[in-house]
Amino acid sequence: MARTATKRPAGKRIEAPRRARLLIATRKGLWTLTTDASRRTWKLAGPQFLGHIVHHAMLDPRDGKTLLAAARTGHLGPTVFRSTDNGRTWKEAATPPAFDAGSGRVVDHTFWLTPGHASQPGVWFAGTSPQGLFRSDDGGATWKGVAGFNAHPQRKAWCGGDQDGTPDGPKLHSILIDPRDAAHMYIGMSSGGVFESTDGGADWHPLNAGVRATFLPQPDPEYGHDPHCMRFAGGNPNRLYQQNHCGIYRLDRPHTRWTDIGAGMPKAVGDVGFPMVPHPHDADTLWVFPMDGSDVWPRISPGGKPAAYRSRDGGKTWKRQADGMPKTQTWWTVKRQAMTADRFPAVGVYFGTTSGEVWGSRDEGRAWKCLAAHLPHIYAVEAV
Amino acid sequence: MQFHVAIPSPLRSYCNGASGVTIACDAASPTLGDLLAQLESAHPGIRFRMQDEQGKLRPHIQVFVNASVQRNPDAVLPQGADVMIVAALSGG
Repeated sequence: MARTATKRPAGKRIEAPRRARLLIATRKGLWTLTTDASRRTWKLAGPQFLGHIVHHAMLDPRDGKTLLAAARTGHLGPTVFRSTDNGRTWKEAATPPAFDAGSGRVVDHTFWLTPGHASQPGVWFAGTSPQGLFRSDDGGATWKGVAGFNAHPQRKAWCGGDQDGTPDGPKLHSILIDPRDAAHMYIGMSSGGVFESTDGGADWHPLNAGVRATFLPQPDPEYGHDPHCMRFAGGNPNRLYQQNHCGIYRLDRPHTRWTDIGAGMPKAVGDVGFPMVPHPHDADTLWVFPMDGSDVWPRISPGGKPAAYRSRDGGKTWKRQADGMPKTQTWWTVKRQAMTADRFPAVGVYFGTTSGEVWGSRDEGRAWKCLAAHLPHIYAVEAV
Repeated sequence: MQFHVAIPSPLRSYCNGASGVTIACDAASPTLGDLLAQLESAHPGIRFRMQDEQGKLRPHIQVFVNASVQRNPDAVLPQGADVMIVAALSGG
């Protein structure tokens, strides 16, 4: 497989990591896949937290050794486990994310974990179902609600009721911290939409202009949208990409109106999906994994023919990438946290399915290979 | 007043694997809530897995007091009652 030339900022040399690791969060525990710099063979290890529903696991890139895992079981309440030795040993958070007593709200599960800004070691953010935003200042040992969001006078209007969320509960996800400014944050909510804070979470405002919400009666609502996954473009925090329930979008700040970039997708495939994966070194390149959003929303590969779609021009045009994947009768669902990219010069792209398979490409999506099978329902895959 | 509390397998990691623990309550008329607070004090982290932040037992957790279902944290416990926590048969 040839090394892929990567568009990158002039004069910036991208070093190849010595190894790659995937954190695979599933409905029945946490697994890892590891490989060396060749990325030809992968070793599966696990499970950890066998029997726990692990919605997300994430490495702290600031120290390279702290891992957090958001877990619950079918019977027990939600918690967060933390490791400070890269997953060898784990301890449970002393106070996991929980709403204030008397608020009437109950965290069903912690859904999303985001390490804080590089200038704030130990700070993490968590998004929950139902929609809540939580912060830890001690590496995930203790958590407190972000009152600026959880107690915002508009929060209830923004989030709606439980019936406005996803089938397994409304969620706060896609917590993004501007790498240039720790106080500048974005969040996504299903449902609710995209919101921005410029004061570290003390106040929030909706940022949904230009995004369709065909399930709402208003033609251009201010909030109530259903972003599935939102990410910064690689190397350009002025640009956001969003896979929404109603299309694919790009936003170039300081503009506040999203541009629909799903129109270039094939009509038979459509522009619906869960994940959004930006190329880490090229702001114009991104991947999506379409799913069937017709009729009763099967949420599986359209026509039973799975494929990733890649754009190299900021979403103007898209290319189907399915070499190596089954060609027919393959009904995959890839959830919003279950597709990711590594940081190699020739970027590796990976996804996990709800049927327990992990697939990867080490040449930016040109050829795909099954890296692991027979795992439980996969919620999240992170390349760390 | 002391109570024997039976611990279901999903919660035994908080009690060094024990299937039952003895919990003392100082209150004159201890309630189920008092008992759960003392259980948390002795075995940190266990309460939030079975009782939510608004004080309600989680949907798939059941508590029996002397073989009768009791979900009210304000219910006064009979002296020396046997308390059994059950992770209900549900899930998949």
